[in-house]
Amino acid sequence: MARPPSLRPGINRRAQYSLFFGYVVAVGGAAAALLLVVVAIFDPTGFAGLRTATAELTRPLSSGLRNMVSGVSSVDEVLASYWRAGSQNVALRRQVEADRNRIIEAKAIAQENARLKKLLRLVDADQSSLLTARLISSSSSSARRFARLNAGRWQSVRPGMPVRAAEGLIGRVHSTTPNTAEVLLLTDTGNIVPVRRANDSVPAISTGAGDGSVEIRALSAGRNPFKPGDLLVTSGIGGIYQPNIPVAVVVRVQGEIAWGFPLANPSRVDAVVVERPFEDVVTRPDPAAEALPPEDAASSSTAAP
Amino acid sequence: MIDRHLRHVSRLGKHPSRFRLAGTPVITVMIGSLASALPLIAQSPVMPPFGLLLLLSWRLLRPELWRAWIGLPLGLFDDMVSGQPIGSAMFLWTVTLLMIDAVEHRMVWRSYRQDWLIAAIAIIFCIATGLFFARITGGGEVRLLLVAPQMLWTILLFPFVVRQCARIDRWRVMA
Repeated sequence: MARPPSLRPGINRRAQYSLFFGYVVAVGGAAAALLLVVVAIFDPTGFAGLRTATAELTRPLSSGLRNMVSGVSSVDEVLASYWRAGSQNVALRRQVEADRNRIIEAKAIAQENARLKKLLRLVDADQSSLLTARLISSSSSSARRFARLNAGRWQSVRPGMPVRAAEGLIGRVHSTTPNTAEVLLLTDTGNIVPVRRANDSVPAISTGAGDGSVEIRALSAGRNPFKPGDLLVTSGIGGIYQPNIPVAVVVRVQGEIAWGFPLANPSRVDAVVVERPFEDVVTRPDPAAEALPPEDAASSSTAAP
Repeated sequence: MIDRHLRHVSRLGKHPSRFRLAGTPVITVMIGSLASALPLIAQSPVMPPFGLLLLLSWRLLRPELWRAWIGLPLGLFDDMVSGQPIGSAMFLWTVTLLMIDAVEHRMVWRSYRQDWLIAAIAIIFCIATGLFFARITGGGEVRLLLVAPQMLWTILLFPFVVRQCARIDRWRVMA
């Protein structure tokens, strides 16, 4: 095939000018776009308002499709569980036997705990959770790990709020539109979570690796204290995440870094809970001011599917 | 079986509407960008950038269709749905189209293989620079290896997408 003739306007002056003008617009526009990226370096959520329209328009589509596929998405898990089903069954049965005793012990401890708290007149009013919603889509072609939440500013979701599932931490709200919010997932390379080891509180920092795992660096000097199997929970430092939310389990140790896998898989969890930032929950001034937010949370949690 | 399109006889004096001629490519690229609205919560960048693939397909299939500035509005739309910083695809797509224009001036003979090569280079450029933009706008340490699989199967997907584009194009120009 020979070169296409499109780029030779010939001697027609108007066509020449139009071509030239087209290039001027393209180059100028590209320069302006680069400027937008540069602005985003300093203010990552600055132009997020532009996303409002598309986010709102695609929300019904995504949430509708999400309802359809939520059953299909775990097909691989079902198939994989047939692999070595017999030996797994025996092992699991033993595990259940062992766990049963532990559960009974834990129930007793919980009762005792409640009794002691009553004695101390300590009211543990947990008003941290704001509403329950679903993750409906994600930035699947971008290198960043964002997921879209089916609730937004009108449901009083605000940027910075932690998002968790029953299994563990999912991430935090990055930006909001009226009915959707963008959640920065735990595995995003820009998401840094202060964590500690569950059994002995060794402090560490968890950073996403972008591929579904997290990178864990101990804050203490010296050799890496982590070993595979260690469970990590949030430490509450920094004032965003509640302490003791399960985060990840260490699977591999490599020099200074330990690699972990998040305990909550955002593609498998059915619903996620948006919580108030830990700081706000702890430093809430007086009960009179508290009256409004829980009520507002109750109404919005019923509104959100 | 004979392709039913081959039996199509256009009626004399009838032309496809202007909207169909100009709007179809734009709409297909936008639908390609909207692939990220699918209810898939990805743990790593796995989805090929369908918007970019369709843009390249249309550009290489129909060089006379668009001027390079079309990358600006289409890129803006892609940025709004993809999760990349706003301006990223706007810049990359426009620059890609400008580069294709420049290459087209130099290359005299071109066939399907050259098209694929051009598309492959454009895909690598767009994904790698998109990664760089994600890194400088608060993405932290993103490794290039993370997007290598995405690059690979985006390049491998190009022939398929270009054929689908050709199919749509045949419908587009037939009255």
